[in-house]
Amino acid sequence: MQKIAVNDLDRLYSAIAQAMRLYLPVEVAGEVEFRPYDGAAKVRLDALQTVKSAKDAFFPISEDLMKFHKEQKSFTIEPGKELDEDFAILGVRACDARSFSILDHVFLTEPRDGFYAARREHGIVVSLACSRPEETCFCQTFGIDPTNPEGDVVTWLADGNLYWEPKTEKGQKLTDLVKDVLTDAEDVSAVEKQQASVRDILKKLPIGKLNLDYFTSTDQLEIFHRPEWEELSQGCLGCGTCTFVCPTCQCYDIRDFNNGDGQITRYRCWDSCMYSDFTLMAAVNSRKTQMQRFRQRFMHKLVYAPLNKNEFSCVGCGRCLRKCPVGKNIVKVAKKIGGDAQ
Amino acid sequence: MREMRDKLVSRVKELLADGSCDRVIGWRAGEFCYDVTPEIFTADNVDEMIFDDFCGPNQSKYLVNAPKSDDKKIIVLLKPCDSYSYNELITEHRIQPEKIHAIGVPCTGMVDIDKIRAKGIAGITGIEEDEAGTMLTVHTIYGDSTVAKKDVLEDRCYFCKGKKHVAGDEMLVPDEEAPDTPEAGDRMAEVARLEAMAPQERFDFWRSQLSKCIRCNACRNACPACTCRTCVFDNPASGVSAKVNVNSFEENMFHIIRAFHVAGRCTDCGECSRVCPQNIPLHLLNRKFIKDIDELYGTFQAGAEPDVRGPLVSYTEGDAEASVVLRREN
Amino acid sequence: MSSCHEELIPKIGIVTDVRRDTPDVKTFRVVTPDGRKPFEHIPGQCAMISIPGVGEGMFSITSSPTVESYMEFSIKKAGHLTSFIHELEPGSMITIRGPYGNGFPVDTELKGKSLLFVAGGIGLAPLHSVIDYCLAKRADYGEIEVVYGSRSKDDLVDIQEIRDSWEKADNFKMHLTIDRPQEGWDGHVGFVPNYVKEVNPSLDKVALICGPPIMIKFTLQNMMDLGFARNQVYTTLELRMKCGIGKCGRCNVGSKYVCKDGPVFRFDQLDELPDEY
Repeated sequence: MQKIAVNDLDRLYSAIAQAMRLYLPVEVAGEVEFRPYDGAAKVRLDALQTVKSAKDAFFPISEDLMKFHKEQKSFTIEPGKELDEDFAILGVRACDARSFSILDHVFLTEPRDGFYAARREHGIVVSLACSRPEETCFCQTFGIDPTNPEGDVVTWLADGNLYWEPKTEKGQKLTDLVKDVLTDAEDVSAVEKQQASVRDILKKLPIGKLNLDYFTSTDQLEIFHRPEWEELSQGCLGCGTCTFVCPTCQCYDIRDFNNGDGQITRYRCWDSCMYSDFTLMAAVNSRKTQMQRFRQRFMHKLVYAPLNKNEFSCVGCGRCLRKCPVGKNIVKVAKKIGGDAQ
Repeated sequence: MREMRDKLVSRVKELLADGSCDRVIGWRAGEFCYDVTPEIFTADNVDEMIFDDFCGPNQSKYLVNAPKSDDKKIIVLLKPCDSYSYNELITEHRIQPEKIHAIGVPCTGMVDIDKIRAKGIAGITGIEEDEAGTMLTVHTIYGDSTVAKKDVLEDRCYFCKGKKHVAGDEMLVPDEEAPDTPEAGDRMAEVARLEAMAPQERFDFWRSQLSKCIRCNACRNACPACTCRTCVFDNPASGVSAKVNVNSFEENMFHIIRAFHVAGRCTDCGECSRVCPQNIPLHLLNRKFIKDIDELYGTFQAGAEPDVRGPLVSYTEGDAEASVVLRREN
Repeated sequence: MSSCHEELIPKIGIVTDVRRDTPDVKTFRVVTPDGRKPFEHIPGQCAMISIPGVGEGMFSITSSPTVESYMEFSIKKAGHLTSFIHELEPGSMITIRGPYGNGFPVDTELKGKSLLFVAGGIGLAPLHSVIDYCLAKRADYGEIEVVYGSRSKDDLVDIQEIRDSWEKADNFKMHLTIDRPQEGWDGHVGFVPNYVKEVNPSLDKVALICGPPIMIKFTLQNMMDLGFARNQVYTTLELRMKCGIGKCGRCNVGSKYVCKDGPVFRFDQLDELPDEY
């Protein structure tokens, strides 16, 4: 394990940023978001969470798939360029780090999504262990250890230092790049001490470990027809906040933008199953009511994803608990439909 | 607050029992003290209804899409600021007051959980208000803290319109006997501060704010003035439909266009800023319109009374010509 | 890794022929710029067709896989995209990608069987491919019976081909019907579900149904009354799609994606899924 003093972190950031684009949690007009490091940015590694998750780095809110160049009545297709440069994303919490493998199981199953695959290939994940979990955290439900996250490099902020441990080949390559700013950490007791104290906190979390067995042991039709959906979905605004802050929501729309001078961009962008036009066709809509759309979102996360991918599509980050403008969230659904937490 | 809640529930029960009303849009307690959810209650579960410092959501818009009933009324609970939206919805024929029983409820300011978190308080498991309603004890997994309620209110509460309801079939407490609302600042001061900025500085302010927008549509969906059946941004035939902001131009335009669409109808209820997951001060766009309308056509408060034609939808010979009165300075 | 095939990027297609079938249905013949069939497919599979700047949508392939030189799509004008598609002329350029979906099991479960096709309106489009395929491989199937109906005689899709080819085929029974009596129509009048009951098809047949949801519902009910089992009846679903490859998240019926696991389902399979279609 290596380390760098917190006061020297700018040296680490610039060492990485010299070699590749570096995304990290930065304060923007009062909120913390993953943004590229530019030297002037106010880095906020202390923030437990960014508003949006880290999934943008691999599945951006919008990306160009192709361009059509029109000439008279014909056109040519110019495929979008897949990323071909390495980048690093630093400060990824354990929940977000896990979300990448859930996204992989969607985008990297055949037929693979080339744009996503290229980003995954070139992206280096530097995760950051949690030192101060919140009441909204329930990552332990999914077997995630916030004191020891997944990642190419894992870091811990403890004792005035950032401790740094490469875990993969990619992580070792990044470590080699910045070895001049890191020093060997012979004494890692600060990390161990922090891990121990966080584990104590984890035991005190009010919703830390939910029991979701019901959702994997019950027939989808039975869950689908539970009368509680009606009450659970009441008041839902039908906005996209929960889906857009969620690290595992991956539904997308494909749209064309005609800029009027013969060039049309076909882009992909995040979409939300909470939106009324998500399943709207010219004449019919398979999910007409907000209850149906609300149910779909949680059936997907808690029932369909386990059926298809053998895993829940949730990492317990708690963003939906913090951000839904009307207090709807997956924990309420899990408890009401699936019985109480253990 | 507990007393007020009990008073409210017993009054609602009376109304549900006498047969005039069969349901009420109330608030359900959440997993924590702050994640309160608007919900329709009936006589069967009205006891589960709460009313406390976190019942911020403006209920008036829920009336637009609430299930209709021919013979029974729906009860809606209006805080003073919500009552303006209620009137505006009546004016726009989006709700039918004869099918609604509106109860005015008092408000002493709603608490914003993000403001408590911003004080570095993490792991919140409970909040208690003292007798006087001035101090909050915040229980957390890391220990207890105390904050003054007046320091952690929703932004809009610092510009409270006061305790007077402008609509309502009855008041839970007569306005003059209601507890005091938070002390209100000059709501146009911040608009004036933005107006005083150099254009580039003002542009930078808004770019920085709007660059956070994730286009979740929470502002639009919560806004009591946004009640179009199909929003122009959702309509493929409009030519401007979009799901995300593909560039900074769209980030800006979505909010500016929305502010134009609600101009003259926005009551400044502040729901847009309250629901924004990125805490973009969207209400400042609307307030700029309100300030301009006030200065050009005389002071006007949308929703102050029902069925009033606002200055932007009426014409008088004395109307100011905006392009003459407001000259661009550069 | 990064050179892997990008599924969302379509090919260019050229419309070589446009036929007006009914007042709101046109059939479009599509080839690649070098004049070939865009790709091979199984009857019942679909393709994503787009007009750049307007949008992309999933359409079932109407022509049979046995047609070697082109692909055809019968498309009803219903919304934004299909309105633009109806403006296409011979020579127009579009994009096309596919094939998507499972298709009907013509070479497995259906092989050697007698078949009953029931279609309403534009619902003939996905079945058309199957019927033509079976006729092209006539020896592989038993009796073929088709019940097809529309609002009026003018709304019967492909009536020319039905008259010229299907009705003259071996061991083939064609039953046409329209909803209401109409001048110039001396055939059967009545709704498809009731007509199926009147036709009283033999129970050894495997049935394939496609049409408006309400027609499917009542036809299925009547077939159950006749004695058909739910695992003897197939249908094909239509839901909104964007990617066609099971990733964009909107065309699911319960845990199944219509674009990838469907669009063809047996009713006993659908019974295990929520009825959100």
